[in-house]
Amino acid sequence: MKNSHSGREPIARIVKRGEPSFRLKVVVRACAVLLALLLDAGFIYFVTGLNPVDVYVTMFNGTFGTLMRFQWALRDFASLLLIGVALAPAFKMRFWNTGAEGQVLMGGLASAFVMIRFGGIVPSGLLFTMMLLMSVAAGALWGVIPAFFKAHFSTNETLFTLMMNYVAIQIVASCVTVWRGQASGLGKLNTKTKAGWFPQIWGQRSTINVILVVVFVFAMFLYLRYSKHGYEISVVGESQNTARYAGIHVGKVIIRTMILSGALCGLTGFLIVAGRDQTISVNTAGGDGFTAIIVAWLAKFNTFYMALISFLLIFLNKGAGEIASAYNLNSYAADIIEGIILFCILGSEFFIRYRLVFGGTKGKEALR
Amino acid sequence: MNNAVEFRNITKIFYKVVANKDISMQVHAGEILSLLGENGSGKTTLMNMLSGIYYPDGGEIYVNGKKADIRSPGDAYALGIGMVHQHFKLIDVFTAVENIALVMDRSSRFNLKQVYEKAREICSRYDFQIDLNQKVYRMSVSQKQTLEIIKVLFQGASILILDEPTAVLTPQETEKLFKVLRIMRDEGKTVIIITHKLHEVMEISDRVAILRKGIYVGSVRTAETNESMLTEMMVGEKVSLNIDRPLTDEKHLRLSVRDLNVVNPEGIPVLQDLCFDVFSGEILGVAGISGNGQKELLETIAGLVKPRTGSSIIYYPDDDRDSTAQELIGKDPKTIRDMGIHLSFVPEDRLGMGLVGNMGMIDNMMLKSYTRGTGPIADRKAPKRLAVQIRDRLHVVTPSVTAPVRTLSGGNVQKVLVGREIAAAPSVLMTAYAVRGLDINTSYTIYHLLNEQKQRGVAIIYVGEDLDVLLELCDRILVLCGGKFNGVVRAERTTKEELGLLMTKMADDSKEGGKKA
Repeated sequence: MKNSHSGREPIARIVKRGEPSFRLKVVVRACAVLLALLLDAGFIYFVTGLNPVDVYVTMFNGTFGTLMRFQWALRDFASLLLIGVALAPAFKMRFWNTGAEGQVLMGGLASAFVMIRFGGIVPSGLLFTMMLLMSVAAGALWGVIPAFFKAHFSTNETLFTLMMNYVAIQIVASCVTVWRGQASGLGKLNTKTKAGWFPQIWGQRSTINVILVVVFVFAMFLYLRYSKHGYEISVVGESQNTARYAGIHVGKVIIRTMILSGALCGLTGFLIVAGRDQTISVNTAGGDGFTAIIVAWLAKFNTFYMALISFLLIFLNKGAGEIASAYNLNSYAADIIEGIILFCILGSEFFIRYRLVFGGTKGKEALR
Repeated sequence: MNNAVEFRNITKIFYKVVANKDISMQVHAGEILSLLGENGSGKTTLMNMLSGIYYPDGGEIYVNGKKADIRSPGDAYALGIGMVHQHFKLIDVFTAVENIALVMDRSSRFNLKQVYEKAREICSRYDFQIDLNQKVYRMSVSQKQTLEIIKVLFQGASILILDEPTAVLTPQETEKLFKVLRIMRDEGKTVIIITHKLHEVMEISDRVAILRKGIYVGSVRTAETNESMLTEMMVGEKVSLNIDRPLTDEKHLRLSVRDLNVVNPEGIPVLQDLCFDVFSGEILGVAGISGNGQKELLETIAGLVKPRTGSSIIYYPDDDRDSTAQELIGKDPKTIRDMGIHLSFVPEDRLGMGLVGNMGMIDNMMLKSYTRGTGPIADRKAPKRLAVQIRDRLHVVTPSVTAPVRTLSGGNVQKVLVGREIAAAPSVLMTAYAVRGLDINTSYTIYHLLNEQKQRGVAIIYVGEDLDVLLELCDRILVLCGGKFNGVVRAERTTKEELGLLMTKMADDSKEGGKKA
């Protein structure tokens, strides 16, 4: 009797933890990183035949090898993070804005247009102001269109914002074709006058981007946590019924928040054009609009966590690129190394929320 | 006596909460057993282990004398155990037969006609009035429940578990259900009915088993007990079961509802030509089968639902002078608040409308006050004071005023909500199913709070489902039937049967208007 029943008991069960302590989170994540490094070491050693330690050093150097690499990493970090910050209010409101890519592109396009049309004609201060305002307006417009339809006709915002990306990409592609004329590519704009190019600070034009993104990380955090608007966004996100019950005009909040989200994406477009690319193309956003969705989700819409996660993603990305070029590896191999690390870190979230209980179901053990 | 089911030292733990602790009890074959206990006492958890939804963390279950390892509802079916859950597990767009076919034995061939024949046989045996070809979404709650019972019988269950089956039924429908349960018992089936309504326990069951806070208190033969003894076993202390109805002297008109017509988003009228008055210093009960316009009525007064043109709700601030009267129709909650009218509303859906489940007490207090003050920053100091005050005064059990309210027990959630609404010093207080799912002590706390407000001169609208409570607590009772006004009765001068009849039959025509869901 005893034997027959123990044989049919489940091998392991998943049990939910309560609020995980800070220490537990740190330990679990540290274990995840260690496990990732071990798995990667195995992969590197057995598949590529390289020395894992050397590969890790190279990877580290991808971001920290030289000052310039570090600055470039920071530059890319700034655009990714700023888009993440832009998504924060929309996501907090449970408005799944998957259209950041398009909103960034429209902002960048507006900047490029101002550079081409007014570069060298108006004074530089005025030019930057115009670029800024136009970009913000363009991004906001691209964000508010789906919001309007959501607020008034309950359309699905995920699909709507996603489709708007493709519209934006086509508009940018058309403009680039018109502007480049007979040339094979658009190239950098205003190369002679450098009108609309951010000044170099510490050797980089993107320094302004980095400074601004730090400001926005703090500002967005405070806005969401302490302002009346932030409170309304939380309530609408949690329950539209409760929001209406409390007298919050749900449609108004959706539209206002998406104007903000789109405007910040537009601003990112401006910063990329003025501080990094000095030109516009369909690759200006470079997929960051989508990567930022992952950033915002993983950070649970906390802008400080977003900074950490953005940095991790950029670090892995730069590291993978560095490995691929340094060892002449197939880029897929570098991607696998990057993927294993991400998998372990994301997978560890499961063990923060749940634990596995092995073996019997005796009351004593369960009561412990 | 044969035991249909025997629990031995059953323990079930959810994270740190012990839902069932070391429960050992028997269910005799061929009896109707009431499983009695307050909310959160572990009744449903225990039954879910018998029906294969949960797996015990400790202990053993014996079915018909044999040790059973029930790891899925399929295992339970195989043992002849069927459960009718409180929230029906039906597919709305399927017909009754199609839903029944879902529980067919997987190995047998799919033959809808055969299913239909067998189901019809069951219907005629138990005298179920149901159209088996009707789609579920067109059914009334009571029809859905009948369908669930047919499903269980179809599987050939000999042990039936019903989780709070009467919560959604009128007295007449309850009577019908009980008749069916008695037939089943006489056929030798075992019936377990989960409930916390004492008079029903007394009426239907042969034996009562009582749980308190996850622990098995004991069982008694129904014939040898009474309601106050059961209450004592259930609560663990003596409780007076009388509800006060204090008298108030000054009553004047507070709300006057005229020609209220509301159409739901699908275009179906949910309230038709409703006319009634609400006075200060009284509790006006609203009775009706659930889904007969109660929700829309309160939400319309609160400014959340727009009625059709021609409807009118006049609010009288001080006395019934026309000069100060204000029309509420066409104004949203914020506008009404800005007009200086304190309308408080405790909605049916506490965590989905009245509160934000993921927020703490403080942030929930802010729902009604966050716009106060100039500047973009929301004030959290006053809400914090209010949260602490409500926690202390109403004895809200919470780890902290910032802990998400969804983690609190149902009773504490309701205390938070009612506390906030009363703190706004309302002149009209509307409550929908204010004590649904609350334990006896908390229910009495709520009745007491309502009476306190009544004595302060507040006009209270109390939408309720327990007719006994409506009769004891309210001054007058408005009866809705199919979204139509079907009379206002004085609570002292009416009976439960009369109310039940008014809820299901329009006074002036014999059509069954109330059956429409």
